[in-house]
Amino acid sequence: MLKNRIIPCLDVQNGRVVKGINFVELKDAGDPVEQAKIYSDGGADEICFLDITASNENRDTIIDIVRKTAKECFVPLTVGGGVRTIQNITDLLLAGADKVSINTAAVKNVNFVKEASKKFGSQCIVVAIDAKKVSEKKWEVFTHGGRNKTSIDAVEFAKQVETNGAGEILLTSMDKDGTKSGYDVDLLKAITKSTNIPVIASGGVGTLDHLYDGIVKGGASAVLAASIFHYGEYKIQDAKEYLNSKNVSVRL
Amino acid sequence: MNVTIVDYQSGNISSVINSFTEVAKDKVNLEVTSNINKIKSSDKIVLPGQGSFKSCVDSLNSINGLVDALKEFAITNKKPLLGICVGLQMFADVGFEEAETKGLGWISGKVSKIDNQNGKFKLPHIGWNEIEIQKESKIFKEIKNKSHMYFVHSYEFIPEDKSVISATTDYSSKIVCSVERDNLFGTQFHPEKSDKIGLKIIDNFIKL
Repeated sequence: MLKNRIIPCLDVQNGRVVKGINFVELKDAGDPVEQAKIYSDGGADEICFLDITASNENRDTIIDIVRKTAKECFVPLTVGGGVRTIQNITDLLLAGADKVSINTAAVKNVNFVKEASKKFGSQCIVVAIDAKKVSEKKWEVFTHGGRNKTSIDAVEFAKQVETNGAGEILLTSMDKDGTKSGYDVDLLKAITKSTNIPVIASGGVGTLDHLYDGIVKGGASAVLAASIFHYGEYKIQDAKEYLNSKNVSVRL
Repeated sequence: MNVTIVDYQSGNISSVINSFTEVAKDKVNLEVTSNINKIKSSDKIVLPGQGSFKSCVDSLNSINGLVDALKEFAITNKKPLLGICVGLQMFADVGFEEAETKGLGWISGKVSKIDNQNGKFKLPHIGWNEIEIQKESKIFKEIKNKSHMYFVHSYEFIPEDKSVISATTDYSSKIVCSVERDNLFGTQFHPEKSDKIGLKIIDNFIKL
């Protein structure tokens, strides 16, 4: 039986791990390579790096971090943030990333998703969708780390990226991100029901019960979290044992 | 000993290189190449594969003499070869991803899309799944039945001769996830991404 994945996410800025509260205030907290190794030794099913300033700054730092991490972690590594060109993807994959996550560039031009998945295979193309609730049962896509509104319907966009060859969707609720009040389960449900590729839930995890909700109520194939693992509140193993005790299948 | 990872521009092979480097340490001379002479003089070959069946077969064919050299190595000389993911799938006679494409024809069978039972199962099959060992395999030495391996694929290899199947995994049906016939080994899952247990499989292959 396929197991539900637990993915710790490391937000990286200038080569250091930070975690945003609603994408604004940042706290410095560690070396990404070391953190990734701790997570992978601790049973993380995948590791995710999000380069939060990649849109404006030099990309070599993250490439170097990916290269070092890939030599020490033998679980899948996803890297996102500022992935805009085929060359960006090539560089990250050559450095040792297994998947790349495309956000703004996919919204700007969905053909980029098609081109990328055709060239590298759907297995390494994740489309990150940042969505904000605009009315009851309606969500809109935002870009640039949640700063820009697009007027694109999130559910329609999710279907579109699936058609264009995305292998997975990384879905972040901009309303919930950093709040520790749980995933936007309605948003998750809306997307997991209208697509047939795996969806990774993101944004809002504060307790282990939230992970359960993302999988069982929201229908996510994987759950991504940062703060609860990053500040040592819970270990990956705690999350797995908790989910297992509630009959959610995980890799123990 | 010389172990060669075949680099035929089939997409991302960094993880395969990293994991083999980690296991090989100083014990083994590891080459990453499509050089025909180096392939011929290797002791073991790793054939990775990412992207579609068609794109991998096309890339393999685009390098002059590569397919013949691999065939001579694995079929005529019966030296150990490990196919990973699409690398395994290409052992088949034919694949149906993108377009009907002729495979290497080393193990009779076809590569078809996983039956998702009308949307009941999401595709790609991504993540950790348990393997059910079907027969004793040299690369599964000290690997426990029901170990978790990392998968990412939408197509499955269906061999005609079921005796080649060394492990299956359960996703919508029993999917063939590992084959072994004499010196020929293949895994649908990614040992290079399957944590310590995956590295053990790589170690087993290197130690053959």
